[in-house]
Amino acid sequence: MVGFPLLTALIVIPAIGAALVVVTPRTRPELIRVIGFTVAMAVLVIAGYTLYEFATGTPGFQFVSQHVWIKEWGISWHLGIDGISLFLVVLTAVLFPFALAGADPHHDVKAYTAWMLVLEAACLGVFLALDLFLFFVFWELVLVPMYFLIGGWGYERRVYAALKFFIYTMTGSALMLVGILALVFLHASHFHHLTFDLQTLARDQSFGESTARWLFAAFAISFAIKVPIFPLHTWLPDAHTEAPTAGSVILAGVLLKLGTYGFLRFGLYLFPKVSHDLAPLLLTLGVIGIVYGAIVAAVQRDLKRLIAYSSVAHLGFIILGTFALTTQGVQGGLIQMINHGLSTGALFLLVGMIYERRHTRQIADFGGLQKVAPIFAGVFMLVMLSSVGLPGLNGFVGEFLILIGTFISRRWWAVVAATGVILAAVYLLWAYQRVFHGVPEGDNLKFGELRLKEAAVLAPVLALIVFLGVYPKPVLDRMAPTVKSLVARVDERTGAKQPAGAAEGRHP
Amino acid sequence: MIAALAQAQQPGQALQLPHVDSWTIAPEAIFFVGGLLMLIAGVFLRRRVPRGLWSVSTVVIALVALWPTFHLWHQVRHGGARTAIADAIVVDGFSTFIYVVIISTVVMAALLADGYLRREDLDGPEYYVLMLFSASGGMLMAAANDLIVVFLGLEILSIALYTLAGYQQRRAGSQEAAIKYFVLGAFSSAFFLYGIALVYGTTGSTNLGIIAEFLRVNALTNGLFLAGFALLLVGLGFKVAAVPFHMWTPDVYQGSPTPATAFMAAAAKAAGFAALLRIFVSTFDLYRLDWQPIVWVLAVLSLLVGSILAVVQSDVKRMLAYSSIAHAGYVLVGFATATDRGVAGALFYLFAYAFMVIGSFAVVTVVAGKGDQNTGLDAFRGLASRRPVLAFVFTVLLLAQTGVPLTSGFLAKFYVISAAVEARSYALAIIAMIAAVIAAFFYLRLIVIMYMAAPADEGEEAVPAGPVPIAVGAGLALGIALSFTLVVGFLPSAVFDFARHATLLRL
Repeated sequence: MVGFPLLTALIVIPAIGAALVVVTPRTRPELIRVIGFTVAMAVLVIAGYTLYEFATGTPGFQFVSQHVWIKEWGISWHLGIDGISLFLVVLTAVLFPFALAGADPHHDVKAYTAWMLVLEAACLGVFLALDLFLFFVFWELVLVPMYFLIGGWGYERRVYAALKFFIYTMTGSALMLVGILALVFLHASHFHHLTFDLQTLARDQSFGESTARWLFAAFAISFAIKVPIFPLHTWLPDAHTEAPTAGSVILAGVLLKLGTYGFLRFGLYLFPKVSHDLAPLLLTLGVIGIVYGAIVAAVQRDLKRLIAYSSVAHLGFIILGTFALTTQGVQGGLIQMINHGLSTGALFLLVGMIYERRHTRQIADFGGLQKVAPIFAGVFMLVMLSSVGLPGLNGFVGEFLILIGTFISRRWWAVVAATGVILAAVYLLWAYQRVFHGVPEGDNLKFGELRLKEAAVLAPVLALIVFLGVYPKPVLDRMAPTVKSLVARVDERTGAKQPAGAAEGRHP
Repeated sequence: MIAALAQAQQPGQALQLPHVDSWTIAPEAIFFVGGLLMLIAGVFLRRRVPRGLWSVSTVVIALVALWPTFHLWHQVRHGGARTAIADAIVVDGFSTFIYVVIISTVVMAALLADGYLRREDLDGPEYYVLMLFSASGGMLMAAANDLIVVFLGLEILSIALYTLAGYQQRRAGSQEAAIKYFVLGAFSSAFFLYGIALVYGTTGSTNLGIIAEFLRVNALTNGLFLAGFALLLVGLGFKVAAVPFHMWTPDVYQGSPTPATAFMAAAAKAAGFAALLRIFVSTFDLYRLDWQPIVWVLAVLSLLVGSILAVVQSDVKRMLAYSSIAHAGYVLVGFATATDRGVAGALFYLFAYAFMVIGSFAVVTVVAGKGDQNTGLDAFRGLASRRPVLAFVFTVLLLAQTGVPLTSGFLAKFYVISAAVEARSYALAIIAMIAAVIAAFFYLRLIVIMYMAAPADEGEEAVPAGPVPIAVGAGLALGIALSFTLVVGFLPSAVFDFARHATLLRL
């Protein structure tokens, strides 16, 4: 199957699926659901095949597919996958069928499914693109379906949240476009040909350090908004809370990763020196995000908002790992992206199920659910503990690696960040206690147990949570070569030596 | 041309007319003669005409004009640019590109006008004839190599437009628009004419080639000359609705019959920018350091004022008017760079914008209903549930104007902004992108109103919830606009190349 364009198929199949949905009559919602789910599963199969065929131990891009798009501008349809993007692609492919099957829109299934599939195509495009123009196209395209999903199927303040989301992110991308163009034209003025190719632009650089800082800033602001890094996070609680359940799952699971992925792929790769120089700033913001997110999450009354703020804290960890600039840190950040996608995605889905049953998300309205729905409570417990970072579950692996990686290079940041682990336990366990413990009263007595379909949807994600917690080696092995070469590239450009013990890239 | 005629009129010699190479002005001539024929036919046929005859004949005339345009393009590509008819006309890639833009504009505007005029009971050839005349004036501006000819084109374009603005005589708004446009337009023409006089006074010619030659040989530090080209800038800045010469735009756009607004927004802008680019980038190239800062300021003002004021509008036509001011700002960004890429970007922008804006006004025409009155935001409330396809088309066109990828609008912004970045005017590029974000706000608001404001929870005055009839012509125009916006958005290479090769003849 050498000639088959696997990666192109990953993007094109959901796009075709969306077109199929559009031409299906509105009056057949069940058929539309089947098409949507089948297409998402087909993508998962291809992603799984890619994972299977992926050659472990090579740092470079694989399954590369390149076709000229706009010749005069040096723009091409250039896709590739490496250890950094591989698992994000798989995560995306896992979460979309999960979200489509797990949450149901209450109206207009057709438009909803179509937008979801467009969103999937755009997200995969961002992770796969190796051409800056192509990357930007997908990056912007992500906004449109998400905007419609939040605005069309969200809760009370959906229109406000959707607009805020769009405007915030677009502001970032506006700067990034100027940054991309500046990078390209600076390259062209020195090498006399226009190209948007990522690898060429990373290899042949001719600008000075202060220029590099400006360029990095243009990219970094855009990524920082998307992640979001404190203090640019204010769109996130609104968007998460008002989005429909599937929207929240995808938003937390995939969209936030676009920002952290951007930092790795474009920040560190294109501007290694600047990334190193500005690392203290980003680490500090990351640590602030960890502590601040955790504290604010602890005082939330709305369960969904609580999880939204917990995302701010978790993403702070990922930034911390990324800018620790050690193999363990980056690898930990990367695996934490997967973990966060799985556990927060599942948490949002569970909160969505709670809302379906009780039509409220206020923590104060609940109590004693464990008594009436023990299985549901157990599942929630497991997912929550994975989010807390309990050893044996996936969250632990990521946080542990991040903290080790950071401790090697930036001791004090790691010390402060470690408090975030405790705080996470505080707010999540406290929330769990208020919702599930105690004696059920009133409506809580009629809280429905986990249904078979819901269990079927959640089971694969729970399995992954446990699997990654117990045996992360296959994932880490596939990431390692790329991460090592990226970290080596940063070290080489900065002349820094990794502290002893970091270079071997030991796994726990 | 004046100079050539003056030379020819030596005492004792008979008046020698310059050789007229009819190919070079064939597109204009076809429009003009076609218009005249329609006018005559209208007198004889009166009302006994099949439905849509006038619209179809306009489209046919426009398509016929494409033929000499392609011929000229071919000539330019293989034989290079040249001037003709005593150097009064220039045939280069640039002028042919603008021909194509204006011809496409006429095709769509004619299709759109058909259903509208019948709905408003105004059917007849006159509307189309005015449009053809106006378009021929616009094309003349693009091809003019002499300030007098530019003025000629400008007046032909404008006078026909004034009449089009007031075409719906029974509506006070339309009359108001016509008067406003006329009075302010006459002012701007006067500015332009005075500018010509000053430039003529200081350089001794109105011919752009001779002016350029004169400026190359003599370094003018003359204040009069600078005043002259400043006045030219004012006159044309008015036509393209650049801030601070934009005051007429909202009122005129709102008051004019909607299809006329569509035509005005696309064609007048293209023609005005054609003249601006030719006069400044090509002729006054050596004085670029004098005019670039001015254009820079105009661009920034247009971008910001247009985007910000559009946010507070409650009438869609007015909102699109302000957004057209902001779009003029993007074209000015390309203009301000004064590079080949900037000019090509400006051209691409004008081309893409023509389709987006005519499509958008086509939707407004359809939704406005009989009397052309329902143009408030409320008229669009819940449009998605009443007319899903129409709402979808409008959404695509609005997203294109916002600059969302895979639409021509994104590539247009991309093109001009890359020109700005290449010219190292990063500040301008960033301001332009910020303006795009501000603009996103009101485009999205319109989309919200169409999709997310459920018509069920209308507490206030009942909105016209009945079906919105779409005339065949309007449907076709919308189809063309949508296909162009999406196809070029996906596969821009051909149009990119067209714009890139549509170079100005550098004098």
